[in-house]
This record gives sequence, C-alpha cells and structure tokens, in this order.
Amino acid sequence: MDAATWSSYLASVLRLAAPLLLAGLGVLFMSRSGILNIGMEGMMLIGALAGVVGASYSGNVWGGLTTACLAGACIGALFGFLVITTGADQVIIGTAVNLLGLGLTTVFGRSLLGMGTETVKVDSFPMIRIPLLADIPLIGPALFEQNALTYMALLLVPAAGMLLYKTNWGLAVRAVGENPLATDTLGVKVHRVRYACCLLGGVLAGAAGSALSLGILNQFTENMVAGRGFIALSAVIFGRWTPSGTMLASLLFGGAEAMQLRFHWVHVPYQFMLMLPYVLTMAALAWFSGRTKQPAATGIPYKSAANRNG
Amino acid sequence: MQGKPGKVALMAAWSVEAGFYIAAIAISLLAGALVMAAAGVTPWEAYELMWQGAAGSANSLKETLVKATPLLFAGLSYSFAYRCGLFNIGAEGQIYVGALTGTMAALLLPPMPFGVHLPLALLCGFLGGALWAGIAGALKVGRGASEIINTIMLNYIAIFLISYMVTGPLMDAAGSLPQTAKLPASATLPQLAGSRLHVGFFVAIGTAIVLYWLLERTTWGFQLRSAGLNRRAAEGMGMPVRRNLLMAMMVSGALAGLGGYVEIAGVQHRLMQNFSPGFGYDGIAVALLGNTHPLGNIISALLFGGMRAGANSMQRVTGASTSLVYVIQAIMIIVMLVNKHWLGGLKKRIREALIRKVERSDSASGSTQLNWNE
Amino acid sequence: MKLTKIRADTANASVPILETRNLVKRFGSFTANDNLNLTIRTGEIHAILGENGAGKSTLMNMLAGLLEPDEGEIVYRDKPIRFRSPRQAMEAGIGMVHQHFMLIPALTVAENVMLGLKNGRGPWFRHAKACADIRRLSDSFGLDVDPVAKVGQLSVGQQQRVEIVKTLYRGADFIILDEPTAVLTPPETEELFRVLRALREQGKTIVFISHKLNEVESLCDRVSVLRSGKLVASAPMKSTDAAELARLMVGRDIVPPAPRPVPAKSEPVLEVRELSLRRKNAALLQRVCLAVGEGEIVGIAGVDGNGQRELCEAIMGLSVDSAMEGEIRIRGSLVLRPKPKTMTELGVGYIPEDRQQDGLVLPMSIGENLILKQFRSKRFNRLFTLKRSRICEAAEAAVREFKIKTPAAEHPAGKLSGGNQQKVILARELMQRPKVLIAMQPTRGMDVGAAEFVHRRLLEERARGCGILLVSTELEEVFALSDRIAVIYKGRIAEVVDRAEANVDTIGLRMAGL
Repeated sequence: MDAATWSSYLASVLRLAAPLLLAGLGVLFMSRSGILNIGMEGMMLIGALAGVVGASYSGNVWGGLTTACLAGACIGALFGFLVITTGADQVIIGTAVNLLGLGLTTVFGRSLLGMGTETVKVDSFPMIRIPLLADIPLIGPALFEQNALTYMALLLVPAAGMLLYKTNWGLAVRAVGENPLATDTLGVKVHRVRYACCLLGGVLAGAAGSALSLGILNQFTENMVAGRGFIALSAVIFGRWTPSGTMLASLLFGGAEAMQLRFHWVHVPYQFMLMLPYVLTMAALAWFSGRTKQPAATGIPYKSAANRNG
Repeated sequence: MQGKPGKVALMAAWSVEAGFYIAAIAISLLAGALVMAAAGVTPWEAYELMWQGAAGSANSLKETLVKATPLLFAGLSYSFAYRCGLFNIGAEGQIYVGALTGTMAALLLPPMPFGVHLPLALLCGFLGGALWAGIAGALKVGRGASEIINTIMLNYIAIFLISYMVTGPLMDAAGSLPQTAKLPASATLPQLAGSRLHVGFFVAIGTAIVLYWLLERTTWGFQLRSAGLNRRAAEGMGMPVRRNLLMAMMVSGALAGLGGYVEIAGVQHRLMQNFSPGFGYDGIAVALLGNTHPLGNIISALLFGGMRAGANSMQRVTGASTSLVYVIQAIMIIVMLVNKHWLGGLKKRIREALIRKVERSDSASGSTQLNWNE
Repeated sequence: MKLTKIRADTANASVPILETRNLVKRFGSFTANDNLNLTIRTGEIHAILGENGAGKSTLMNMLAGLLEPDEGEIVYRDKPIRFRSPRQAMEAGIGMVHQHFMLIPALTVAENVMLGLKNGRGPWFRHAKACADIRRLSDSFGLDVDPVAKVGQLSVGQQQRVEIVKTLYRGADFIILDEPTAVLTPPETEELFRVLRALREQGKTIVFISHKLNEVESLCDRVSVLRSGKLVASAPMKSTDAAELARLMVGRDIVPPAPRPVPAKSEPVLEVRELSLRRKNAALLQRVCLAVGEGEIVGIAGVDGNGQRELCEAIMGLSVDSAMEGEIRIRGSLVLRPKPKTMTELGVGYIPEDRQQDGLVLPMSIGENLILKQFRSKRFNRLFTLKRSRICEAAEAAVREFKIKTPAAEHPAGKLSGGNQQKVILARELMQRPKVLIAMQPTRGMDVGAAEFVHRRLLEERARGCGILLVSTELEEVFALSDRIAVIYKGRIAEVVDRAEANVDTIGLRMAGL
C-alpha cells in the first residue's frame, strides 16, 4: 500500500471519528454527572435531520449546525426532565428517545425534505487547509486538511478536559456523579448540575448528528446514524470516562469503520471489522471491572436530602 | 404507618390509577395526532385506518396477532429479567442468534419428521438465545460488568454475525440475495386459516402462561423474585443467588431466541439479514406498558402489534410513514413514565378529595362511618 | 491504652452559645426528642451521651440542618434559628462531621474541601491556591492534612481530619462530631483529641457525641445524657464520673427477672472457640470464646460497634471480605465453612440487626417472607411448585400467634410497622423450631407491649431447649432475659458472668472498657 492510500485512509479516520467524538463528549458529561444515556441514537438522528433542514432553509451550513444544536438541546432538556425531575428509569427513557428520534426523523424527513425522488443535497462544512503543515507526507492531509467541524471536535477535547478538571463547575459535575448526597450537603444543587449536563449532551449530540449529515454524507437518509450512538457510548467506556480517552477510542473505532469501507481484506469479512468496537468495549469492561469504574452514582435517581428524612 | 384501608380508600386509589392510565393513553393518542397533523396527515383519517388495519376485519386481527408475536416474546424476555433484578437490553441480539441457531437446525440437520424437526429447531432457537444472553450474564456475575452495556454490545455483534452468515456460509446457493435457503416444511410453523397467522402466536401465549406460572408458583421463581427485590436478604437466606441470576439471564435470552426462530419459521421462512425492525427494543416498551407482568405483556403486545398492523394499512392508503407508530409508541412510554413517577402528589390529593366526598355523603345519609386510618 | 486525663478549665467561657428550648421531634408515633432543654456554652467541649436510639443523632441532625424540629426552638448566638438545609447551618457557622463521612473518595482532599465554594473570581478552580489555603489552615490547628492526596487512599483517621478541615474552611465556630472515635484506632484517637483541644484553644465550641465513657471523661468539659429522647442530666465533667454516667445512660429501673429453673448443664448447642476475624488489616474479633448451652440464654452486652454484629455474622457465614480463624461448633459438630444455608439446615435461626435490608423482602407478602428459608421443605412445596394454601395458612397462623397487626395476611411486609415486621421475622425463625437462635436487637423500635411479647416468646423457646445468643444494646433487656451475660469490648469478650452475680454498674464499666 502506498503513501497516498495510507494518507487518504488516515484522513478518513479523522473524518469518521468526528461524529463519534462529539457524541462521545456529550455522553461523557452526562455520565460523569451520573446519568446513563443509551438514547444517543435518537438524539443524533434528530440532530442530523435538523442540520440538513436548517442548512437547506438558511442556505448555509452554519445555519444547519445551529439548528442541529438547538434541536439537540431540546431533546436533551426532555431527557433531563424525564430522568431528573421524574426520576424514571434511565434505560427505558433512553430506549424511548431512540424510538422517538427514529420515528420523528423518518416522518418529518419525508415531509420536510420530500420523499425518495430527490434527496436534498446540501453543502458540506468548509475544508480548512493549513498550508505547509498539510504538505507533510502521510499525516499532513490527515491532520491539517479537514473540514471545519472536525477541527472543532478535536479542539473540544482539551476544552472538555479543562472544563471538567479545572473549573468549579467541572468539580461539581464529578462530585455529583460520585456521591450526590455528600455534594448536596455542601450546598451544590445536584439537579441543576445534571440538567446542565443533559443540555450539553444534547447540544453535542445535535452537533454529532450534523457532523454526519452535513459533514460526511451530505444528506439525510432514514436511520442514518446506524448504531453510532452506541459506539459513542462504547468510546466513553473504552476511554475510561475521560475526554482524551474518548478521543482515542473514537479514533480507534473510526479507524475500524474506515478500514472496512476502504479495504476489502480477502480473509476477513467486513462484518467482523464492524463488530470490532463492540467487542473491544466488552473486553475493556470485563478487564476494568474492579479497577476504573464508572462514576459511582450512575443510573440512580437522586432525591434531595430534604426529601429523604423522616 | 399502618392502618385499615377501608373499602372506600381502596376503591378511591383504584379508580384514580385507572383514570390516570386511561388519560395517559388518551394524551398519547392526542400527541400522536398533533405529530401527524404537523407531518401533513389527517389525524382522524389516519387513526381510523389504523383501527381498520388492526381490528377492523378478520384479516386485520390476524395481522395484529402476527405482528404481536415477536413483540410478546421480546416483552417476556425483558420482563423476566426485570423481575429478577436484571436489565436485559439484548433481546434484539438474542432474537437474531436464536433465529440463527434455529435456522441452522432446520437446514443442516438430516431430514426428519415434522414432529421431531420443528420442536428441535425451536429448542435450538431457545438455546441460542440462552447462550447469547449467558455471555452477558457470566460477565455480570463473574466480573460485575454492567449487563446493560454488554447486552447492547452483543446486539450489534449478533446483527453483524447474522449478516456474515447469510452472505457467507449459509447463503442460499440458488440466488444472490443475502438470505438462506428456504426452510424445509418439517421445520416451519404451520399457518392457520389460509392467512399469514401462524401457530407461533399460540406458542407465545403458551410461553407467557408458563412464565407466569414459573415466576409466581414455583420455588425457583420465588427465589428469583426474592433476589430481584432484595438481593442481600436473598443471599442471607442461603439462596444461591449468583447461580440463579446467571440462569435467569439465560432464560430471559432464551425467550427472545425462541421468538427469533418463531418469526423466521412462521413468517419469513428463511433467515435474512436485518429481519428485525427493532423487535428487541420494542419489547422493552411492551414490558413497561404491561407492568412487566407476563399476562400484562400479552395485552400490551396486542396493543403494539395492532398499532403496527394498522400502520401498514395506514401507509398503503395515505402514504403516511409507518414510522408514525414509533412516535406514538415513544410518546406513550414517556407519558406512562411521567404518570408512574411524577404524578404521585397529584394523585394523592385527588384520592383524598374523593374519600372526603364519599365520607360526607355517607354521614349525610346517616350511615355509619367506616373506621380507617391513613 | 492509657488516655491522658486532662480536664480543661472552662471558667472563662460560660456564655451559652446554643440553647434548645422544649425541642420536640417525632417520626410518626415515635418521639425521638422529647422536650429537650439543652445549653451549650461557648468555647467548651460538650459531650452528648446516650445509648442507641436515645435521640442523639436526631438532635444533632436538627442542629446541622438535616431535619426540622416539630416543636420548640433552637437559639444560636441569641438568635432563634431554623435551618432548612445543611448549607444554611454552615453559613451560620455550624459544621458537622458525620459518623459516615460525606467525602468523595475519587477526588483529592483539596477538591473535597473546596466543593461548592468559590475560590477566587471566575470559574476556574485554583488548585494551587486551594492547596496553600488548606495547608495554612491545617497547620494552624495542627491537623497535618495533605491537600493533594486522593481521599480514597487516606486512612480513616486522616479522612476524618479532612472532614474537620472542611468545616473549618467554611468558617465553622461550632463543630459537631458524631461518634468520631467509632472508627479510630487508639493512637488516632489521641491525635483527634489533641486536635480538638487545639480547636478549643482557638475559641471553637465542640459537641462530642459518644458512647465511650472513658474518652468523654478525659476530653470533655461538660456532659449531657440523653435517654429515650429525654435529657436526664447535664453537668460539668468535674462533678461526675464514669460510673454515674453509665448508670444515668442505662437507667435504674432494671427489674429483677422472675425466678426460673436454671438449665441443666449440658453439651453446648453453640460453641465458638478462638474465633478471630480480620477485614482489611483491622482485627474485628479477637480470639472470642463463647458457649451457649441447651435451654440457656447468653446475652452479649456491649456498645454498638464493638464486634457483636461481626460475631453473629461470622457464625452465620454472612461475613464479607474477611479472613476468619477459629472454630464454630453446632451441637458438637464442627462447621468448617459456615454458610447461611448450612447453618439453617443445622437448626440455627437468625434475627438480623437490620431487619429491612437483611431480614425481609419488603414488597413481598407476610406469607412469602415466612417461607424465605423454608420454601424447599415438603410442607410448602410439591414438585417445585409452591403450595399457596399452605403458605396462607402459615401466614394466618403467624398473625394469630404473634399478634401481628395487619389488615390482611397477604399484606406486603413493607407496609407493616417496624415492630410488626420484627414479629414476622421472629415467626419465620421460630417456625423452624431452631436449636440455636441468634437474636440481634430483637425488640428494637418496638413498643413496650410488643417487646414484652417477644421476651415471653424467647423465654418459651428457652424452656423448649433452644439455646439463644442474645445481642442487645439495651442492658435492661440483657438483664431480663439472660442466664449468663458476656460483655464484648473491641472485639474481645471482656467478661462472662452468671446473671445472679452480675451487677449493672460493673457491666456498664466493662462495656466502656474499664
């Protein structure tokens, strides 16, 4: 395999990793605050459709991104309401959100974008090429000639790291996910922190969806997320619930996807490449159990200290 | 707090719950209507067509039952696991693997009479699902790994596995489609009354009844329920909880696996990739609406099955997408959850107002006051 | 271990900083705090003594903002206060160090201390500044806390100091410590006392909740004793001593038990030899030797947390994460690896301390709870199917015999009152006609009538030949029921005496380690 093929492969790895990374960061914040979100599929679908609709109505791709993020925020708020205020089971809500996302996007995809005969094509995100650096053989095009949203996704990783580890709010998020009771006694508003994480998760889910529809496939088709929502969850787990780990895992899983798209290796059927992210996650989960664990309070609804005494 | 809830209080509680339940369904349908209108479909027309398609004729009813069958299996799978304190989100994958193992038994075994072949194939489907769920179960019991995550991962692994099998080793040599050869008649579920309705529906009903009996009447079911409700106490009583949980997980998977092969043997008659439009995940919704009770599952599976059957005829006539059903179902789940978890305070106030009202009319009419404390 | 007995002179600070006036708190029909009139003076170390269930934690939770009083008022620094949240209490200057720490093991000390506070302008968490501030604070009180360490890796004593720093950092002048020495080793306890005295030098007021008489005696300036929700005494430490305090805690009304036949000496039904238990490098039980004869009640007296629970759990095979040495014999035969199932089959009944977590499955009916151990027996099952009618019969019989107050035998156990739940457990265990019965706190939370019923029933079992190991923090109960009394202290059996020779004061002192 020559350098050009490798180089183009690496470039596609990053491009395919972008939606996973964005979604993964969304799941990450929610997880760290103690909320298990298996509804990323539905959220990303809504973001994907909203992105295309926004882009075609506003005529430019940034309008699409904004619409996608707003739609994602709405769904994130709904998720938050159901999980936090209602205290219902997070797994069922995630399933319901997936169902809702699939249903709504299929129905409105047709009505807003027309059916079958002509799929609305939209412009993609602008490519940004950094001169000189992009000429570096092999990795140049991969790292320095990507679309704008991919760069944004990569920049969000250190931003997320700073937010989570270096701000007071990030500290509150981490504390809430480990021990909401202790945090509550110190006066931190547990519910408010979790709502904020749900909103953030929703916005990122929307961005992830539009990274897919506007950034990669340039259109919206039914059920286009095709499992990436769950791969994003896997990336967070495999990445040990840290921003940099999520990024590395996204690159790994994006790499697997790129590989099965481009290389048809005679002896390995492509389905096994597609299985890779899931198998790796299971292995990681089995290996870690006992060492790094998920935030201690994940999945458990929290009743404020004032309501529990008596 | 202990008291003697008199008949009045019990009736009040029951009627408030029922009232809210019906209101929840009504609100879901209303919200669905709004979505329909927004999508350019006339709600009244759409609902009428759905009703027609679900229960309007003998054929519709049969179609409802056909659609309800895999949903019932998936619902039972989730419900059973839930009653044991486990969360099996992997019904989708278990359906696929059960379909695979059942199909393999159907196609690869030497020719044998119907009375042997079909039960054997069903058994293989059952065992395939058990095995698949057992992986997640073993990881949970052995390593403490979350069965929620593992079962979801196994879903996708299963889907890809089947895709590989039907485009590779099991592919029908006669054609070029990603599917297996047609199943021999000896391993197929017979059809009824010349329609699509197959015996599988009754297998599902039978399974639900067996499951009910298993959970509520047997010693094993008792152990599982105890462990599901209070694992620590169950262990303290000397029950072999870890072994029980692993077996419970496998039974849960087996139910889905059986459902997978039933669907192939009854409807498709050959294994193809992506044959499940999310039965496994729908099963979770079915279980929720059926309160995770085996008999409740039957009712909610019929409801969802009816909606799916109705959606097909709705689409044929109006062109509206069948996915509208997903929206309505999602709204229904959300409304039901809100009803279950959030409205406790409101329900209590209404209940007490009702009780006071009955009290007043009792004393006004001079009858003796019922003695109760609350 | 010898504690230095220094008693500080508190002549200067005699101004009350906190007073409670007719304070009342109820939980349902149970009155936890009954008309308390307590006064705490500025700059003193004030001990609150009392047995389990006397109402100490309830009182402190009200001061710390976790509970609100039903009647009466609390006056802090001459102002009546009503805290609705722990944060309000903290803002007023009252800080609490809970018995179960409110710390987050995955985070560092600095992060735990600074959580919820703004340290400087802007959103940034200034780690370096936080560390410097914490070091300064900790040095000024001699606390020796490392801000950079992860809390999960600290020892228990160090974690407790982090909790103290947390309150000091938030400007607490009034610090409540709930059973702080329950989890400390003797050297750690000395350290803590040094810190508390240093805090007092700086003008802080300390409230020290405890059972441990000798510690209270050496540390505190004044002491208040609670019993059954009421304040029975409040005085300077100088004017009293451990023996009198023990008597006040327990109360004088120990009714001598009715005369009863002394059990014939026989082969012990339960025997424990050189039983030692270790968990994570802590010795929970040390070479315990105990024997319970047929038809005998052996009562274990001791302050909660001295190993009683671990002993009972070890016998039943319920200990987790621990290494056990020694022998357990049931009716003469050695049990190599005790497990709940084996013990039940050998005829050992068990009434656990935590009835809701370990003793019952609350959503299940009374009948189903009754068969949690017996479901395999021929009486209740045939060919793996449960015999519903038999279960109902058993439930109805139990309701009648034990006078369980319930609207129906099918009622879920969770809806019964605490006392009635305990009756269900008792019914279940006695249904097996056990040869040995281990009963932990059998009458906790029960009203007098129900408690008497339980006592009578236990005596009936005794007469039937059952050997009972009774664990209770209520000395009255131990004295009323036991044939022999053993005192447990820090995992060792300190003394075993016959009832006839036992003396409340001596037992009380042994319980306190003296």
